Amino acid sequence: MDSQLLRDLKSLLGSQAVLHRPEELMLYEYDGSVEVARPNCVVFPRTTADVLAIVKLANQYQTPLVGRGAGTGLSGGALARKGGILTVFSRMNRILEIDIENQRATVQPGVVNSDLSAAVAHAGLHFAPDPSSQKACTIGGNVSENSGGPHTLAYGVTTNHVLALEAVLPTGELIRIGSPALDAPGYDLLGLFVGSEGTLALITEITVKLTRLPEAVKTLLAIFDSLDDATETVVDITARGITPAACEMLDGWTLRAVEAYVHAGFPLDCAAVLLLEVDGVAEAVQQHAEEVADICRAHRAREVRVARDAHERDLLWKGRKNAFGAVGRLSPTYYVQDGVIPRTKLPATLRRINEIGLKYGFQIGNIFHAGDGNLHPLILFDARDEAQFRGVVAAADEIIQFCIEMGGSITGEHGVGMEKDRLMPLLFSDADLDVMRAVRDAFNPQGLLNPEKIFPTTKGCGEIHVRPLPLAGTPSA
Amino acid sequence: MTSSAISPSVTSRLAEIVGAANVASDFAQLATYEIDRKLPAAAVRPGTSEEVAAIVKFAASERLALVPTGARTKLGIGYAPSRYDLALDMTRLNKVIAYDPGDLTLSVEAGVPLAKLAQVLAEHRQFLPLPVPFANRTTIGGLIASGVDSPLRQFYGTARDFLLGMEYVTGEGVAAKSGGRVVKNVTGYDIHKLMIGALGTLGVITRVNFKTFPMPLATRGFVARFANAETALDMRHRIARSLLTPLTMEILSPGVAELFSSDAATRYERAAMPANVISNTEWALTAGYAGDEPVLERYAKDLQRMAQESGATGVAILAENLPPAWARKREVIPIALASSPATTIIKIGVLPMRMNEALATAQKAAEANNLRWAAMARGLGIIYFAILPSDHTEDWRQRVASAIVAIQEVCAKLAGHATIPWVPAEWKSTLQIWGAPRPDAPQMQKVKSVFDPQNILSPGRFAQNL
Repeated sequence: MDSQLLRDLKSLLGSQAVLHRPEELMLYEYDGSVEVARPNCVVFPRTTADVLAIVKLANQYQTPLVGRGAGTGLSGGALARKGGILTVFSRMNRILEIDIENQRATVQPGVVNSDLSAAVAHAGLHFAPDPSSQKACTIGGNVSENSGGPHTLAYGVTTNHVLALEAVLPTGELIRIGSPALDAPGYDLLGLFVGSEGTLALITEITVKLTRLPEAVKTLLAIFDSLDDATETVVDITARGITPAACEMLDGWTLRAVEAYVHAGFPLDCAAVLLLEVDGVAEAVQQHAEEVADICRAHRAREVRVARDAHERDLLWKGRKNAFGAVGRLSPTYYVQDGVIPRTKLPATLRRINEIGLKYGFQIGNIFHAGDGNLHPLILFDARDEAQFRGVVAAADEIIQFCIEMGGSITGEHGVGMEKDRLMPLLFSDADLDVMRAVRDAFNPQGLLNPEKIFPTTKGCGEIHVRPLPLAGTPSA
Repeated sequence: MTSSAISPSVTSRLAEIVGAANVASDFAQLATYEIDRKLPAAAVRPGTSEEVAAIVKFAASERLALVPTGARTKLGIGYAPSRYDLALDMTRLNKVIAYDPGDLTLSVEAGVPLAKLAQVLAEHRQFLPLPVPFANRTTIGGLIASGVDSPLRQFYGTARDFLLGMEYVTGEGVAAKSGGRVVKNVTGYDIHKLMIGALGTLGVITRVNFKTFPMPLATRGFVARFANAETALDMRHRIARSLLTPLTMEILSPGVAELFSSDAATRYERAAMPANVISNTEWALTAGYAGDEPVLERYAKDLQRMAQESGATGVAILAENLPPAWARKREVIPIALASSPATTIIKIGVLPMRMNEALATAQKAAEANNLRWAAMARGLGIIYFAILPSDHTEDWRQRVASAIVAIQEVCAKLAGHATIPWVPAEWKSTLQIWGAPRPDAPQMQKVKSVFDPQNILSPGRFAQNL
């Protein structure tokens, strides 16, 4: 990296806010995915003015620039694929305004997701998107990736909760889009920018909606001796027009891994569990919980447990939200997928995933947002073994291919990033991608910002980044 | 009335694409495609998205301006197109491509009438939460492109919140898509969101994918009457602070009751408005809710208590008489448009706690100019303020313009916005119908340049002449 650029960055931000030694950069060469890419330097802006100045320098030195929150992403979105300046927003972590009466909050991008909910809980409000990494991940990252989470089944994903953004374009323009009032006139730029995976702008300020916490919540754990019974239950719940607040599934193998780690009291001898939640006014919750339990039993649930209090509820959710970490204890590496399928295709898809695991000789754990058909198969492997890595990629591709054949998608909430870019042509035509590229180029004309993400690059699949270190304990969606 | 002229070779090329029977160039037919006194030189009715792409590609090569149309109920929104060579009538693209009730997903062509779709979904006890104005006529493509909202946005959000994907044709005649047909998807840019409310200036929508919803069991309506807007809004704030999550919530001014009892109203909803529910001397708060018996009782009890605390002068609960009342409420804009020769509708967006100030300002501005008015405010902070002049003479124009300027000024101060979706055509050029110039206009221009570099799609209809 140009040493003059480093000096300029240090004089702009102070030397405490610029990292460039190899041992420092190593910490920022990965995220929650299996990808690896090392930046040339890491900077920590404190203000929008800092961000503007960083962008100006990136232009001056024609250096790639990538934004990053907590680095919990699962698709390599916050990795500096082409090196350059990694801009980490962890010091822009102030909640700027909370407007209880209007149910709005304005935050800097580095505010941790669950910190915002905690800050408004006293007023009975929360920020609804709840990725499993919510205790670490930032709202800026959520906005960039359009993050989901277990409760998005009923409450919607991040894009449904964002009202306005301040952002710096890679050309150095400071823009404000959307408005705290609904229906800002003009094109829905907000809808375009939220979920653009950091390829259009660096976000510096976010105004979100706050959602009323429900009066009552019931959390149920339905235990099944057959995977098919569990998936058929999900299909039936949907078909009967019940929308639970959450509907998560863990297969028996994953459950045993989780139980060994979290001790949530999950049964060790079952084939699958459904973690179901219903919420709303007390009268509705009682009724819906009974309906859901009846459907589970009709599909041969061995047992339906209802969390008796907040402690039991938290324990069940702790099991779910720490599942990835639990699996991380059992295997040096795992590869997590994010395919989506129409919900009626759940039983067939799970059967296919098992076949693929057997075919390639991998243990695959299944844990996913069953209610919206968003799968997270975890393929366990050892990344130090290059043959295994190749096998994993092949197995993962077969799973994704099947999801697409079922009418599904390659990513429900983790993003395309640098992990699934090569899969984009499976879903989109050249024309589809050309329009999207043209949109990117309109805002990111030189491609300085987050280069080589989302869109397939011309090079083949030969270039696989092998992760040298075990990955463990990263919570994720 | 002005109309553009094109050469016979253009008509014959269009006929090659869609068949001669689907190209109209005689005056009587073209008159039905009028936008603000402008007629196209021809109207083309493609039957497939391939034909749409071929037409747009041809139009782009000839630099012909085209405006996509559906049921033509909302072409008055926006400025008149600066050029208007072709009307692209999308109503022949009227197929439901796929409907999977078990997955609650749907894929339909843009020309499918909303009402037809509602019937298909009702067979499976599902629905699309889009009871938009002109519901009996509007097409899916038209309601998306015009960006109209519905009472159910209170609970279900707007189309943006359950639109899963789209196929569209760019201004260069390229057929492309974004999103998908699963309920959760972050693959690629959400181009489809850009098309919502863009009035066909970015692309021609050919197909849309939606999430569908199970129909609620029993539905009820609650209406509380109030002496003034302030007390009605006080009840709105109480509901927002409560644990109730009503499906709809609106505040109606006394003028709305008057509109609902007019002859114009029966054109949109024949069944009579139930008696003694709203009054033309009082404000009203309306709330819809659904559920089984215990839930309905809970809502009725809590709403009555809150109404009382806010000083309601009377309440009513609607059950079997709910459909006609709710239908009129849904159609308040068309009813207002039919109630005056120069109806002007101002759409105000402000933070919910600023609605009182915005409403008071609008009321004052109308009354200072001796203008009859009626207002419907959605609980989330959107106000439709209708001005109902008796004529469209210059005197009336000046009074309306003066009221609009006052309202727009105050809304800007309230960190909100006020646009004029409906106003007599000949008044538009003197008004900022899309509100004050927005700071993000240059970004919108970038988007327009990507999708329609030659500016042939609905040119000039949209904000800042995009």
